[in-house]
Amino acid sequence: MDWHRIRSDFPILDQQVNGHPLVYLDSAASSQKPRTVISALTHYYERDNANVHRALHELSARATDAFEAARKKTARFIGAASEDEIIFTRGSTEGINLVANTWGMQNLRPGDVILVTGMEHHSNLVPWQLLAQRTGATLKHIPVLDDGTLDPAAIETLLDERVKLLAFVHISNSLGTINPARELCARAKAVGAATLLDGAQSVGHMPVNVAEIGCDFLVFSGHKMCAPTGIGVLYGRMELLEKMPPWHGGGEMILSVTLEASTYKPPPQRFEAGTPDIAGAIGLGAAIDYLESIGLENIHRHDHNLSNYAVQCMGEVPGIRILGPQSGQRGSLVAFHLDCAHPHDLVEFANSHGVAMRGGHHCTQPLMRRFQVPGTTRASFYFYNTIEEINRLVEVLHAARKFFS
Amino acid sequence: MALTDELRDLYQQVILDHSKNPRNQGEIPPPCLHAHGDNPSCGDEIDVWLRLADNGLIEDLKFTGQGCAISQASASMMTQKIKGKSREKAAAMREDFRRVVMGDGAPQDEDALGELILLEGVQKFPQRVKCAMLAWRALEQALEETP
Repeated sequence: MDWHRIRSDFPILDQQVNGHPLVYLDSAASSQKPRTVISALTHYYERDNANVHRALHELSARATDAFEAARKKTARFIGAASEDEIIFTRGSTEGINLVANTWGMQNLRPGDVILVTGMEHHSNLVPWQLLAQRTGATLKHIPVLDDGTLDPAAIETLLDERVKLLAFVHISNSLGTINPARELCARAKAVGAATLLDGAQSVGHMPVNVAEIGCDFLVFSGHKMCAPTGIGVLYGRMELLEKMPPWHGGGEMILSVTLEASTYKPPPQRFEAGTPDIAGAIGLGAAIDYLESIGLENIHRHDHNLSNYAVQCMGEVPGIRILGPQSGQRGSLVAFHLDCAHPHDLVEFANSHGVAMRGGHHCTQPLMRRFQVPGTTRASFYFYNTIEEINRLVEVLHAARKFFS
Repeated sequence: MALTDELRDLYQQVILDHSKNPRNQGEIPPPCLHAHGDNPSCGDEIDVWLRLADNGLIEDLKFTGQGCAISQASASMMTQKIKGKSREKAAAMREDFRRVVMGDGAPQDEDALGELILLEGVQKFPQRVKCAMLAWRALEQALEETP
């Protein structure tokens, strides 16, 4: 693979920041967009823009075709049985809230258990806290071991027939841990629990196939995989989706409406009230085409090489503590704590050297408490990052040590 | 000015020293006034504890919490400069300090702020104003409590 040529597909990366070449190491928060995605948006707005599904004119037909083609592409991309299992959302957070407010409200009773893990992003924790309060269900979590993996003994004891839902993150945004999604889903299924997989950090970084993994729901966000912000996906197995009540009411999701009552369309339209993010969905389709042209296995391998190299080099910086798995498989991010500088000070220092990172609790406050750090600094990578950029990061970390000590 | 110079202005030795060796750290046992301040977006937290003397002056002032060098240094220096002042003077100094870190006009009593003036480097880093102000917001809140 010619990764340097691939990098040149991203116009934003070719710039100076604060007098230094930009080193963008914040893709876990939001990825950059290749030219092809940006042109798909431009093309749509310059040629095809109209509302979908409702009008009979040419532009609306084109917009509808492109929008629905993106749905088909997405279904194929994640191995869904049908494009009707793909619901467009604003992102992972909205997908999780949709499941909590529909499937959750319909299926959970006092005494039932919602099981999550100790490494969830707030978006896969707070909706379940709200749901537990509303339904009387109990929220439990699988603890995280010191090495950043889930406690297998706890999975054994916690996963019993009271568990109605296991909701867990595929790749932790704060540790880089890759959870064994297939195994966890199989075990949940064995006790009759439904499963929701948070794929925000995995989809677009590695092959993710819902049929192979066996999850009932999968959520992910377009903007973390080269697509625009504002578009995301909820995959749901049709058997579950078709029994779920609507969440938001409005146009697009109804069959017929009287002043008193309405009947609703089947999925996915039942869950897509109002005008959707048409351009976003088309951009997502373009991003999928682009990622597939590189190959998800190739991207995964490149991610893996970068993060392993980073763990190795960064580990040599005195006073550093790297969270999460120290070797083997990990997602393309390294979160760490440097003894001499608070994450915000370190991020500020790095920024003045052109290096973009994120510092703070990364929306995983319980995990920060678990590892007794106020927050961490996170360097996250994607296939457009290079070994040279990681070397630059390590230089900056050494310089920061000098500066703050 | 190059950004690295601005960075050096932001993190002057005195500031780094206060952040590494914060003065007046700890809690004051009751009766005292207390307030908690946090920046939810970054997770910094500071608790401010203070005791008023019979004559209304701030007799003792301490803080606990964790955060970046700017929020820690600001809290540490604040406790040193506010101790012994009246509520009214503390409020005026808070306003003066806000002006300094936001570059929003000259402080009325620069001398009272003393080395707190060194935090004026924050002006060039608008996102860090909330770090510099964290302890001061907690102080303001604590002073609003009725003893």
